[in-house]
Amino acid sequence: MSDYVVEMLNITKIFPGIKANDDITLQLKKGEVHALLGENGAGKSTLMSVLFGLYQPEQGTIKINGKPVKINNPNDANALNIGMVHQHFMLVEVFSVLDNIILGVEPNTAGVLKRKEAREKIVDLSKRYGLSVEPDAIIEDISVGMQQRVEILKMLYKNNEILIFDEPTAVLTPQEIKELMQIMRDLTAEGKSILFITHKLNEIIEVADRCTVLRKGKYVGTVDVADTTREELSRMMVGRDIHFTIDKKDVTPGKVVFTAENVTVPSKHHKNNAVKGISFDVRAGEIVCLAGIEGNGQSELVYALTGIEKVSSGKMTLEGMDITKASIRKRSKLGISHIPEDRHKYGLVLEYSLANNLVLQRYWEPEFQNAGFIRTAKVLDYANLLIKQYDVRSGQGAATIVRSMSGGNQQKAIIAREIDKNPELLVAIQPTRGLDVGAIEYIHSQLIAQRDSGKAVLLVSLELDEVMNVSDRILVMYEGEIVGEFDPQTTTVEEIGLYMAGAKRNTPRTITAVSATLKK
Amino acid sequence: MMTKFKKFVQSPGLSSFLASVASIGIGLIFGYLLLAFLNPSMSFYGLGKILFAGASSAEKFSKVLYQAAPLIMTGLAVGFAFKTGLFNIGASGQYTMGAFFALYAGIILKMPWWTALLAAMLGGMIWGAFPGVCKALFNVNEVITSIMFNWIGLFVVNLSMSNIPQMLDRISANRTVNLAAANKSAIIPKWGLDKLFGSPYMNISILITASVAVIIFIVLNKTTFGYELKACGYNRNASIYAGINAKRNIVLSMVISGGLAGIGGGIYYLSGTAQFLVIKSLLNMGFNGIPVALLATSNPVGIIFSSLFISYIQVGGEAMQPQFSPEIINIIISVIIYLSAFSMLLKGLINRILTHQNARREKERVLHSSAGNSGEGIVTDAAISNKSESEGVTK
Repeated sequence: MSDYVVEMLNITKIFPGIKANDDITLQLKKGEVHALLGENGAGKSTLMSVLFGLYQPEQGTIKINGKPVKINNPNDANALNIGMVHQHFMLVEVFSVLDNIILGVEPNTAGVLKRKEAREKIVDLSKRYGLSVEPDAIIEDISVGMQQRVEILKMLYKNNEILIFDEPTAVLTPQEIKELMQIMRDLTAEGKSILFITHKLNEIIEVADRCTVLRKGKYVGTVDVADTTREELSRMMVGRDIHFTIDKKDVTPGKVVFTAENVTVPSKHHKNNAVKGISFDVRAGEIVCLAGIEGNGQSELVYALTGIEKVSSGKMTLEGMDITKASIRKRSKLGISHIPEDRHKYGLVLEYSLANNLVLQRYWEPEFQNAGFIRTAKVLDYANLLIKQYDVRSGQGAATIVRSMSGGNQQKAIIAREIDKNPELLVAIQPTRGLDVGAIEYIHSQLIAQRDSGKAVLLVSLELDEVMNVSDRILVMYEGEIVGEFDPQTTTVEEIGLYMAGAKRNTPRTITAVSATLKK
Repeated sequence: MMTKFKKFVQSPGLSSFLASVASIGIGLIFGYLLLAFLNPSMSFYGLGKILFAGASSAEKFSKVLYQAAPLIMTGLAVGFAFKTGLFNIGASGQYTMGAFFALYAGIILKMPWWTALLAAMLGGMIWGAFPGVCKALFNVNEVITSIMFNWIGLFVVNLSMSNIPQMLDRISANRTVNLAAANKSAIIPKWGLDKLFGSPYMNISILITASVAVIIFIVLNKTTFGYELKACGYNRNASIYAGINAKRNIVLSMVISGGLAGIGGGIYYLSGTAQFLVIKSLLNMGFNGIPVALLATSNPVGIIFSSLFISYIQVGGEAMQPQFSPEIINIIISVIIYLSAFSMLLKGLINRILTHQNARREKERVLHSSAGNSGEGIVTDAAISNKSESEGVTK
């Protein structure tokens, strides 16, 4: 019997124009947590798709328990006891936990479901691995953390031995991440083997035994985590040194640029308000960060701020002017720039060329049009200037159709467009979502440059590292309210995590007190 | 030189063009098989008529142009709406309204032809506005409303005609009075083209409609208005985000689309050679705009040519009589028209074939290049995003 439960040897997978995997070797020992580290586009997903039979490699062999196998489709992978927790959960929202777990392998006699038998097995598994779930709860009612435990139980229920976790921590609070790490340790103690796909170095250091690093489709190396450091891993991943802490000058916040008073925004999904009477302000030369778990009203607040959605009550001002009822175009002209949450839905017209997208907020200005006719040459000049200045890379320059560009460069295009408007207030929602370390570093530096030049920045982020590193002031949102205000210098990730999860909250009075001390 | 060719091969225009040509080709083959099945000995004669009759004489060719002119307008109506993300299936109703407004202006109000044509546009615009307003304000699907407005339009026009006896011919009361007798100035001028081609059908309408097509092309591609309309069509959310008034644009887009179809109705019935028949079925000219637009992938200049083509085979089809009955002609035309609906599908296939060949060559190149330095820069961002898109397809 071989030491390794999974061996992917010298895998090469070629797509038109690129080698997505170039001679990659990955060996997973029985009972270990093996991290797979790499930037976006490094070939992690391709490698896993090969293991799941979604792609056939041009070269290389796969061995399971020492025996060479051919995996033609996901069913083959299932038969080999390989299971995966996807980044976006594959759950039926309106089914119960129990029904989701047995989906596809329902125990039955002549077509009649044997739920009792299934329940016993699930309760047994959840006790054994410390995965607390409520079998009869409906998926849409339970927390994201519990949904993830359901996904894990799905694999265990099918007796999978090889468990793949694809970026599992992206949706979790710090406390939930801790629990997950413990669960992963328990699973390996029971003899399961885990492949842990991530680009978060802290988690690797904490939980993984070994780590394989990919860069640009190539195999960089496999290291024992105990013998390495965060810096070493990041150098392997990116190919150069990365600055984890961001150099920020001390800037004293200036005048108040934006204020919100008792802003209430109705929800589109339910009868309650998504934003419940929030008040805050953003001053020149500071980055205010709205932290919180997804779906606690941050998006709605920003939509109200930029004019995409209407407020039901409250008042907003920009530099003293009431903008509560102003149109989107008016707010944009007055100096609000918006880096939207969903760049495909809001930020870009994907079928348009890069040049056309770069003038999306400005095409109507006299500089770019004359009596209703677009001054194509000016648009192109401007686009080329931004492309150069912000290093937006694309296949055919300004004429590239944006759909064909990478996510990172699409985001860069939006950032170029919004920052070049020279706004008084820059609103950015999760500007680094789905981007790799290099692009994140770049975007952070742009946000800080805005702040340093005396502009106001409102950042909405789910990533606590980002919240702590970039912001000057943190507001935590929970269920449509601001439940805490913090100074990143004096607070901890754990503390903020408790507020994000709703375990702790400040009364409005204490918040005022904190902001009073902060403003000094 | 080589890169120019490569660029040409990869341009979206070429694959659209090839897709349209392919659907025409397949349609014609099917048509021939149908002819061979019905009357084997005459099948080649029939096919010859379809392919060459339209160009066999100046008189036939002027018939082609005569029918193509209104077809360009309804094609533009549908294509313009497509470009702005709307499906205007109501061109028939707007066309009918345009015809009525034009004839009323010409026969009753004794207006000259160009005012009557503007009246036609107004009629179409009004009829296009209803579905547009319903879509913008109440989010009612424009397909449903515009289909209903086809019928409403038809019967409103029929009812109005029947109640204005001055508009109808004295002998056969189910058609409008001959324009030459009622108001000569309302007839679209011929500028001597009728003598040149030796056909009474020939007038300047083809020049008018081709100019409108060029204007629409310019509006869509060169103006901020077109920029906004297309942005709304491609991505309504992003255009809202950019401060564009999406609701206003939906209404405007339907109004313009209706106006174009309305002009089509005016063009046809102000020719002096056509009389409006009070009948109970929708006018096909409006629906034929859909395949015309599809065949041209909604490109306004392309619509000029696809209209000419459809009109050309229609004339060819008429020339197949009496060996083949006129109904067969319609079947053949509708097969081609039907296939044009697949032109998007064919376009994807052609794209795949074109890129696949490139990809295979690329693959070989990558495989043969040494694993060392030359492979370093190959992982481009664009290529990776292509990959993730193809992943999405497999899922």
